[in-house]
Amino acid sequence: MQLRLEPRQSTSRAMQYASPLIAAGLTIIAGIGLFGALGTDPFLALYTFFIQPLTSTYSIAELIIKATPLLLCALGLMVGFRGNVWNIGAEGQLTIGAIASGGVALAAYGSEGPWLLPLMLIAGALGGMAWASIPAVLKTRFNANEILVSLMLTYVAIQLLGHLVHGPWRSPEGFNFPETRTFGDWGILPILVEGTRLHAGIFVALAVLIAVWVLMSRTFQGFKITVAGQAPAAAGYAGFSAKGVVWVSLLISGATAGLAGTVEVMGTIQQLQPVISPGYGFAAIIVAFLGRLHPVGVLLASLLMSLMYLGGESLQMNMNLPLAVTGVFQGLLLFFVLGSDVLTRYRIRIIRDAQPETH
Amino acid sequence: MTPQLELTGIVKQYPGCLANDHVDLAVMPGEIHALLGENGAGKSTLVKIIYGVVKPDSGEIRWDGHPVRIDNPNAARARGIGMVFQHFNLFETLTVAENISLGIDPGHDLSELASEIGEISTRYGLPINPHQHIHDLSVGERQRVEIIRCLVQHPRLLIMDEPTSVLTPQEVEKLFETLRRLAAEGCSILYISHKLDEIKELCDAATVLRLGKVTARCTPAEETPKSLAEMMIGSELPVTRKASDGSTAEAEAKLEVRDLSLPSPDPLGTDLSRINLTVREGEVMGIAGVAGNGQKEFLSALNGERRVADAGMIRIAGRDSGTSGPEERRQMGLAFVPEERLGRGSVPEMPLTLNTLLTCYHKDLVKSGFIDFAGIASRATEIREKFDVRSSGIEAEAKSLSGGNLQKFIMGREILQDPEFLILGYPTWGVDVGAAATIRQAIIDLAAGGTSVVVVSEDLDELFEICDRIAVIAEGRLSPARTTSETSVEELGLWMSGQFEAEVRDAA
Repeated sequence: MQLRLEPRQSTSRAMQYASPLIAAGLTIIAGIGLFGALGTDPFLALYTFFIQPLTSTYSIAELIIKATPLLLCALGLMVGFRGNVWNIGAEGQLTIGAIASGGVALAAYGSEGPWLLPLMLIAGALGGMAWASIPAVLKTRFNANEILVSLMLTYVAIQLLGHLVHGPWRSPEGFNFPETRTFGDWGILPILVEGTRLHAGIFVALAVLIAVWVLMSRTFQGFKITVAGQAPAAAGYAGFSAKGVVWVSLLISGATAGLAGTVEVMGTIQQLQPVISPGYGFAAIIVAFLGRLHPVGVLLASLLMSLMYLGGESLQMNMNLPLAVTGVFQGLLLFFVLGSDVLTRYRIRIIRDAQPETH
Repeated sequence: MTPQLELTGIVKQYPGCLANDHVDLAVMPGEIHALLGENGAGKSTLVKIIYGVVKPDSGEIRWDGHPVRIDNPNAARARGIGMVFQHFNLFETLTVAENISLGIDPGHDLSELASEIGEISTRYGLPINPHQHIHDLSVGERQRVEIIRCLVQHPRLLIMDEPTSVLTPQEVEKLFETLRRLAAEGCSILYISHKLDEIKELCDAATVLRLGKVTARCTPAEETPKSLAEMMIGSELPVTRKASDGSTAEAEAKLEVRDLSLPSPDPLGTDLSRINLTVREGEVMGIAGVAGNGQKEFLSALNGERRVADAGMIRIAGRDSGTSGPEERRQMGLAFVPEERLGRGSVPEMPLTLNTLLTCYHKDLVKSGFIDFAGIASRATEIREKFDVRSSGIEAEAKSLSGGNLQKFIMGREILQDPEFLILGYPTWGVDVGAAATIRQAIIDLAAGGTSVVVVSEDLDELFEICDRIAVIAEGRLSPARTTSETSVEELGLWMSGQFEAEVRDAA
């Protein structure tokens, strides 16, 4: 007996909208089983995971803060994924973006002004683009696989950040802690809501969202990327340069990842530290697909992913559940969401054959 | 006499499409039975049901007079049903014998099998060396391997799906001899084709399908190709008329190819070698040849997808253009219809509107980087109306159109650009008779307006119908071009096997 996944003849609209709800229902059922088996109150656990992070202004602000870098990275990745350009190294581009903007802030230390804020954003975007251009060069010149190159460069970027904050950029007043000076006032994004950490980075992300939306749905360049992704032979026939698509996709995703790193250090961390991202660049890959490679979908998916981070923390803190359990539960949630998404577009066919297929 | 195979009341419903509507079909032992119909008439669904690939919703299959169920191709083969597909399933890097051993039940000794292959190949006139690798074989030889693969299992029904599209006229004759010998030994043959004169020559009986229903049964020998075509399309066949007498010898040379050589990047592809060709204003130039002899490579060199080393190798309107890409060549007035419609000529998942933009982007449809959606919609509407593209609208996805309608759309998209040069790859391949006639007429009309047209096709009848001159491509080399009225199917058939060296020397 064999199981085979085959595309459905037509995808039901109703099912497309119902699939997140079905996934939520299945997650709750599985959660009840999981937490029940662990001897905790399953309903309290579910409440702690899903609802508690949404009950206070502070925690809602945290939700948006965490969603911001996810959204920025995923928007750029989404462009590349539509064009079959597989940038897996957003985490590295995010790190270089943070280094570039942080470097500007440190260089301007003591002589800063209002110009610093836009300059840091630009430097961060350029830093991400520069890092993403390495896989672009290697791909277009030597046909090197961009998945491997961009992924490996992530570790290089993280080492580089570690070197800088442990060495040349370490704060002279920092008691030898591996961190830079705190940025000056003009190097920090304004706080939007008093009493929270919610900073203006979300506006940067929303502006990028609109730009990506316009790019992909209204412009010829976006059309070229989509054609290159869906039918490479048609792109060649029409004369759209495959190398051009690789470059544009990688530069855009590098820029948005660089911006993600920038708003993270300008808004949340306010200095450079050895670790500036808990893996936003990698989680953004899931966010991009969870959002069906559409800007609005990506926005919703980044909020969901952020809720999973907060819910996981809240389970650990309030119910003393181990990290592994929250990880399992987050995995279940993703499994059901992606699973019901796949099953709305595909169906499982069971093939029983007495003899093995010969060809 | 009991029919070898008898289908009664076969129904197969696909979402939105009744592929087979109570189809009855009977094939007698030793009979060569034609299955005729336009694209989308339900031929392939019916054949897939017989071969166990698709299950019918209702209806009965009788084999030797007994009702049977055919659950999968293995079951079909076990009953003695063999099928030769249009697209071959052969491993290039394995030998003939190895390929054949893969297709049959395990437990065969390879050397025994090789001698059996040799026996079958002499008996049925299918010369082949069992130890040769597939990549060394011509397309015609590969088809022989597929046929032998069926014959080693001693089939009682052989299904042939469009077998002659890859063969030279001489190879077609040989194939027919083989099929006749098989039939004489009692093997039934179900022969699918849209080449009506072949059916008339070869087949004892014919069943005609239209829109999933059987619309006629006839004896092909008693019909004319015209009457057969009319049974298929259910109405009178439009006649293509030539506008001019075809004398364009004096006109200006618009497209020139000089000593074009281009090694193929694909080790199994064909290298182009010293191709020379001149196409004049208003001329339709045909390129005949058996598939896989460099047509694909030549087309992509003309289109600009593959740049050649020396710009002077391709001159468009007097300009050296060998190193310009497709975008630049379109600016110069070149339009191109590629051989694959879905995935190359169109993006399957995109609506017709965006597929219009695919090649019309230089026609004022992009304004400072933004897509002019109203512009592409009106252009798509124009294509759809002028070329009678049947689709649910201009927002229909390309993949939802039938092959013929999609081809009409792509042809329309290119022709409405008012090109100065039109390059066509297999313009009517797999297109139904009615649509093919529309497309041919459009080509002739366009040339009458001064456009230079290059048509690459395997269909000699088509080339004779529409071309002013015809050349043959074989193994990456191009024969001299002959005026259509001064050449013959026999001459071109000979050239297709590469025998035009003498002519090339004479011409030089």
